[in-house]
Amino acid sequence: MNFFKSLAIALLLFSGAIEAQSVDATRQVVKIALAQEPPQLNSMKATDQVSIFVLGHVMEGLTRYDRRGNLAPGVAERWALSSTAAKFWLRKDAKWSNGDPVTAHDFVFSWRNAVDPKTASEYAFILYPVKNAEAINQGNLPVTDLGIRAVDDHTLEVTLERPTGYFMKLTAFVTTFPVQERFYRSVEASYAADAGQMLYNGPFKITDWVHSASLKMQKNQTYWNRQTIQLNGIDADYITADTRARLNLFIDDEIAYTQLDGETYKDALKNQFRIRPFATGSVYFLEYNYRPGRITGNLKLRQAIQAAFDPDEFVNKVLQTPGNLPGASLFPSWIKGVSKTFREEFPAKVLRPDLERAKRLLAEAKAELGVEQIPPLVLLVSDSPTATKQAEYTQGMLKTKLNLDIKIDVQTFKQRLAKMTEGDFDIVGAGWGPDFDDIMTFGDLFASWNLNNRGRYNNPEYDRLVRVAMNSSDPATRMEAMAGIQTLVHDDAIILPMYEQGVIYIQHPKIKGLRRTVIGSDPDFTHARIVP
Amino acid sequence: MWFIATATFLAMHAVPGDPLMNEKATTAEIRENLARKYGLDRPLAEQYVIYLSNMIQGDFGISFTQQNRRVNDIIKDHFPVSAALGILAITFAALGGILWGAITALYRNQLPDIIIMFLVILGISVPSFVFAALGQLLLVNLNQWFGTSILPVAGWGTFSHMLMPSLVLGLGTMALLTRLMRSSMLEVVNEDFIKTAKAKGLSPQRIFFKHQLRNAILPVVTVLGPQIAAITTGGFVVELVFAIPGLGRYFVQAVQQLDYTVIMGTTVFYGAFLVLMVILVDIIYGFIDPRVRLK
Repeated sequence: MNFFKSLAIALLLFSGAIEAQSVDATRQVVKIALAQEPPQLNSMKATDQVSIFVLGHVMEGLTRYDRRGNLAPGVAERWALSSTAAKFWLRKDAKWSNGDPVTAHDFVFSWRNAVDPKTASEYAFILYPVKNAEAINQGNLPVTDLGIRAVDDHTLEVTLERPTGYFMKLTAFVTTFPVQERFYRSVEASYAADAGQMLYNGPFKITDWVHSASLKMQKNQTYWNRQTIQLNGIDADYITADTRARLNLFIDDEIAYTQLDGETYKDALKNQFRIRPFATGSVYFLEYNYRPGRITGNLKLRQAIQAAFDPDEFVNKVLQTPGNLPGASLFPSWIKGVSKTFREEFPAKVLRPDLERAKRLLAEAKAELGVEQIPPLVLLVSDSPTATKQAEYTQGMLKTKLNLDIKIDVQTFKQRLAKMTEGDFDIVGAGWGPDFDDIMTFGDLFASWNLNNRGRYNNPEYDRLVRVAMNSSDPATRMEAMAGIQTLVHDDAIILPMYEQGVIYIQHPKIKGLRRTVIGSDPDFTHARIVP
Repeated sequence: MWFIATATFLAMHAVPGDPLMNEKATTAEIRENLARKYGLDRPLAEQYVIYLSNMIQGDFGISFTQQNRRVNDIIKDHFPVSAALGILAITFAALGGILWGAITALYRNQLPDIIIMFLVILGISVPSFVFAALGQLLLVNLNQWFGTSILPVAGWGTFSHMLMPSLVLGLGTMALLTRLMRSSMLEVVNEDFIKTAKAKGLSPQRIFFKHQLRNAILPVVTVLGPQIAAITTGGFVVELVFAIPGLGRYFVQAVQQLDYTVIMGTTVFYGAFLVLMVILVDIIYGFIDPRVRLK
């Protein structure tokens, strides 16, 4: 016993001080882990969650989200909106980390760059409400034609392509963050490749970045609102995608926050940690292939599947982690409507399984198609554990209830994407997460022109309703059009909503003010603090 | 080396999908622009020639997924980490393998032999991610038992960060080397020169260390070369579980993301490394066994 303790002490001394404190109340520093190395810290091109998490803390747009998740002034002090134009007055004390003031020209530069086809930004479409953005992005107009103008250093004018009710929500989005042209040109090819290759105007700045190993952020002393920021540092000392490794780090008090999955959930329970649920805002559904020649184009078949499916059973018996909601609609329950949530104002038709009706519909489908037996349908899914569970459940359920054969096609990320784009599937297990805080981010998903409509669903009525919502800035008109879409999704069985994703996580009890959000930088440590 | 490069290039492009595809679809214009930027819009044969000519000059290009990093830099930054881990792992494996193998040969068919051989079977058959997860769990329990952090559970930076990961990484090889050492020792024991040594009256220790061990080690050394290469390149699971910034993680992720440049760069690099290790082993062989000196 003594030998081991001495050995342990020797190792301790040998290796230098190992701090096992995930939160430091005196220094106000919190330690976390990142799920992967951020692939792209260029705000004009970033698309993934980890990069957006970092960028949301070290940079800031015209607006930002406050502690309660409401849109609040960011670099812009105030603004004035009309139906097709917006004017922003920028605060004079907004500064970059090198001391330069943040100016309207920085926004003009970054917005133009984002829609520039040469930049090939995958989020360029988010700026399409701005005048000429789409034409520029398609190479038909020069970038200087973009509807954005710096009246002077601190005044910005934006002209919109059409009345867009949700335009303000976009001004908090990462793609619209400012970038100083002078700095960008001085480093160009290696912009955002390392901590020193970026300028920061957010509450924090990156002080240390060892690729794939760690990323440390420190409070930015040039941030205009630094008085309200209580944390002094966010140290991501570990980078690993393994949820179990992160749980072990949490148990060892090396990190203060981590998300759990089905496996690690049980271990977290055993350790009696307080498990917190959070709805990620994404909906997962089965998407059908509407290309010519595909059996899934038959309405009665899709309605039969819809009538056989029991969303409650799926969420409670199959997914088994708390926080997931049964699927009911294309629109998740958190999306805002006119004054309350959209689903409160326009409730979705409840999907209750009706086996008799399902069998009847299936018989009608067979008659219409002129077949004795429906041939096996290919269900394409990703190789994640949840997706494979989803596929196996669907296969078993449809076989037992309707004697339908499903062949499961498991593909890794790129291969699944390739097959989806080619249309090489009958049904695909798909999901959609919000890009911005407006119903349109879900509503236009199955418009005939939407490239993300991988099943190639084509319905002029659907398209019409989307255009109504796009071209109006009256909330009531827009929500009614979306309600029409919700009904269409149900009546035409466009998709089969399976669940609204919830995740579960644990955090150190001494952290207060950590904000979870469905849009943008999540989790948000901006207004967090560590209590003694 | 050329063969490795060509085979990888063809295999990569045969797989459906490409590095530019993402969950949210992109417009045709954006795709075209991305493709032009990375030269993916040129015919396959032209891409191949461009790629080979750059490679000969030592330029592996830029990663598709980490768009601001050159593949050369990725290899330069992360290979030393995998190498350090690999070297420590091989040290454990070699020392352990020789030690356990010698013991089992000495106590053949007695209890130590049986126990060690049982562990060897486990070591060879149990997959590395099980050992990695168990190893990490062991550290967590160790720290909880002591009430303070004795060894870090994950991460990289100090020597104590390397202990458990390299142990886990070397386990499979250690088991393999034990078996090899055991059979090699047992063969040597029956050789004529051992009988001669005994007849000459040499002490058992001298026979064991100077004659038996030195001869029995030869098969182990032969295997060591490829094993070093395998360990250094196969560390993906250990790197993932212990949050270590090694090259193995980049390699596997590159395959999943179809990041052509990283795949080509790391494959060619690993190939070269393997060839180097094999050559090194041949040279070391010459020192250990005078009968095999290069003329």
